[in-house]
Amino acid sequence: MIALSDYLILSAIVFCIGLAGIFINRTNIIMLLMCVELILAAVNTNFIAFSYYSSDVAGQIFVFFILTVAAAEVAIGLAILTLMYRNRGSIDVDVTNSLKG
Amino acid sequence: MEFSSILFYVFGFCFVASSAMLVIARNTLKAAMLLILSFFSVASLWLLLEAEFLAITLILVYVGAVMVLFLFVIKMLNIDQSTIRAKFTTYLPLGIFVSLVVIAQIALVLSAGQFDLENVEEPARHIAGYSNITELATDLYTTYVYPFELAAVLLLIAIIAAITLVHRKDSRSKKQNISEQVSVQASERVRLASISSTKSKEPK
Repeated sequence: MIALSDYLILSAIVFCIGLAGIFINRTNIIMLLMCVELILAAVNTNFIAFSYYSSDVAGQIFVFFILTVAAAEVAIGLAILTLMYRNRGSIDVDVTNSLKG
Repeated sequence: MEFSSILFYVFGFCFVASSAMLVIARNTLKAAMLLILSFFSVASLWLLLEAEFLAITLILVYVGAVMVLFLFVIKMLNIDQSTIRAKFTTYLPLGIFVSLVVIAQIALVLSAGQFDLENVEEPARHIAGYSNITELATDLYTTYVYPFELAAVLLLIAIIAAITLVHRKDSRSKKQNISEQVSVQASERVRLASISSTKSKEPK
């Protein structure tokens, strides 16, 4: 039998992998977006595990809204990325420092 | 060991392994493929937790639409991999340190014995005719109807924002420019050409 804590530990591991990925791939925006997706998948697993073990469908509805917001975030993020590449010819985060002053 | 436990460990291992390989992948395209694999394994885990609708949605929406968008952008932009990977090892110690701290915190909280997480009773599996979609929809269209509509508006805003950001002015556009039309001079429109009149040859 799988305990609730097994799911929580699994999603904690993936959450930390995604977090480390944000640090490691700090300069590549596409990789950053993918690591955010990974973190969201881990968090959603937490929600669904709690929803299943407490027999309450509200957790699944929350995941539904998280998926919506994440899809919107990816669409706008990739649009900004395309725009940045068009204007600067690079997607390196370190090149984008014109607001630094 | 139950069959569902075996499934949990297999898919959990796939999830962790593919995400770890994603994070250290050298090629962005390969990373996108690994993200698809990890979405598939997490969808299988959600199926084990009887969240069928969300599992299918994850595969249809994320693998079918969002990842295709990612692949489009990766293939469309000519990204120089070498400059990006140069700083790979610079932040590696910091990343490992932060994730170890976070995982230690989560492990402390989970193993504190306050929540009694190991002994949460697994609910009985639903009967064969049970519909996850019906139950989800019943709640979504009654209790959560306003957040649902807000999510729809959010998606609309996202569509408009993405199109406005990336849209370029089309040079073939036949759009009217009223002020240009009103302020036009006759000299700009009519050109008087002086053509010498010659005898046209009559067909015989």
